[in-house]
Amino acid sequence: MALASNILENHTTPTGREEAWRFAPLSRTRGLHDVDAPIVDRPSLKALSSASGFTFTLVDGATSLSNTDDVVALKVRKNTARVQELKIEKNAVVAEPIFLSRDLQGSGVGVAEASRLLIRASAHSQATVVIENSGSITLAEEIEILLEDGAQLRFVTLQEWDEETVHIGRHHAIVGRDATFTSYVVTVGGGFVRLLPTVEYAGPGSSAELFGLYFAGKDQFLEHRVHVDHAIPHAKSRVHYKGALSGAGAHTVWIGDVFIKAAAEGTDTYELNRNLLLSDGARADSVPNLEIETGEIVGAGHASTTGRFDDEQLFYLQSRGIPAEEARKLVIRAFFMEILSKLSLPEIEERIAATIDKELNYDFA
Amino acid sequence: MSTLEIKNLQVSVETDEGSKQILRGVDLTIKSGETHAIMGPNGSGKSTLAYSLAGHPKYQITGGTVTLDGADVLAMSVDERAKAGLFLAMQYPVEVPGISVSNFLRTAVTAIRGEAPKVRTWVGEVKAAMADLSMDPAFAERNVNEGFSGGEKKRHEILQMELLKPKFAILDETDSGLDVDALRVVSEGVNRIKSNSEVGVLLITHYTRILKYIKPDFVHVFAAGRIVEAGGAELAEKLEEKGYAEYVTA
Repeated sequence: MALASNILENHTTPTGREEAWRFAPLSRTRGLHDVDAPIVDRPSLKALSSASGFTFTLVDGATSLSNTDDVVALKVRKNTARVQELKIEKNAVVAEPIFLSRDLQGSGVGVAEASRLLIRASAHSQATVVIENSGSITLAEEIEILLEDGAQLRFVTLQEWDEETVHIGRHHAIVGRDATFTSYVVTVGGGFVRLLPTVEYAGPGSSAELFGLYFAGKDQFLEHRVHVDHAIPHAKSRVHYKGALSGAGAHTVWIGDVFIKAAAEGTDTYELNRNLLLSDGARADSVPNLEIETGEIVGAGHASTTGRFDDEQLFYLQSRGIPAEEARKLVIRAFFMEILSKLSLPEIEERIAATIDKELNYDFA
Repeated sequence: MSTLEIKNLQVSVETDEGSKQILRGVDLTIKSGETHAIMGPNGSGKSTLAYSLAGHPKYQITGGTVTLDGADVLAMSVDERAKAGLFLAMQYPVEVPGISVSNFLRTAVTAIRGEAPKVRTWVGEVKAAMADLSMDPAFAERNVNEGFSGGEKKRHEILQMELLKPKFAILDETDSGLDVDALRVVSEGVNRIKSNSEVGVLLITHYTRILKYIKPDFVHVFAAGRIVEAGGAELAEKLEEKGYAEYVTA
């Protein structure tokens, strides 16, 4: 735990030349990436459900569970005295999703705030956690997720922010023996959003599936920087992110770093990113990166595509009787539903699809 | 019985050097059940005619009329033309990422027929039509035209023609890029649709070989943006022998 890189004082404020920051427009973070800029400690999540099988509390001075060299996560650690902790009890099967929503009472984009959440999925528990982010905020956060042996956790984060929101976050999962972690990151709002969904394994037989979808409209910057660290034998990972962009200045970044260390024999991994450009003036960066230190694996692969939906496609669909507006919706919905339908949360699926439809109407108007 | 009537059609496209006229007064009348072949050298404007009838925005109509049973086709949007009964099998079908063939076919058929097909009969209908065109059922789950071979794209076009049941189908160089086996499968597909329906066919081609499989009732020679000679199937034989030389020197 005492790695030098874990200490904020050993880092300087990123300049944009660092590999990890090279795509991000740092002038738009409102200082969140600045190691010296002030930030207030505000535990801003509240639990909306109160079923049995879990507790949601505020814990003083909890230590961090993982290593990171991410400046913003370290800044959050340094500037927070308390951690919100969601604990799912041992062997508990929580059937209904646990909703945590961002309480913006007292927030304003002018004041940067830090939030820390720890999710403990105790041994052999089963639960779905949904974090709902909406409104206007300047937020740096770290979420650490510990899956004990045999735990099954579905972890959903929804970024439906207003356009002035700046949100930088690290979501780190530690997946125990025979545990199954499934995450869904949905980002359709926010002016500047940079998320680091990262995974490490603590025992064999563990599995992580990371799904994501993002939609960037005019002038939105949305970055998802996935990192899966296979250092344990016989673990599995799947990464599947899809994004669409429409409007001048829309910019998305997807990085998929998968590392298979020498000890990680029997690893099975595949990562995939697909982007759909719906207009001129939008930019999608997509960088899959697979590093393999052992040949004794089940499989490892990656794919990345960025395609356009253009006037010729529209003509083709229209020439088969499909009206132009329906053709656009069809293509975009079909593209997203592949991910969205996996949520198994019909109300949220419909809400996200409607948000995307609305953005499209706006952008094409 | 339907009639597609093209009168004195004139079409231009925008180029870097300004507006350029491609079609210079096309006159053609097609009735249900008839098959008309339009043959001509490259650059004569055959494909422009096809795309103009379908309503591609690149082509500007500068004169003339097109009517389908008296209705003004040129006033219709692209999808309205399809709903009115026009179908264009494209020379270069477009890839549409994100949408599966099965979803696409169902949406198109729903738009054309005005109501969603019954689930129970629909699946069988698609399967049978695909089997007729020697298409693997797994094809339905692929994205529209994405990574299709030339032959797969053309089969997919004819599959749509079969399911959408147009009044008039324009086949734009459907034979191009096909090997003999694929040409036979595609041609048999067109013939099957012809024998099961009243569809009128406008077959646009550079070569005579597809006419050995799909017999035209009328052959029109196209050159410099208009029809310069019309006749029966025997005209195709003459072109096979002598080529287009006498038409392009003019």
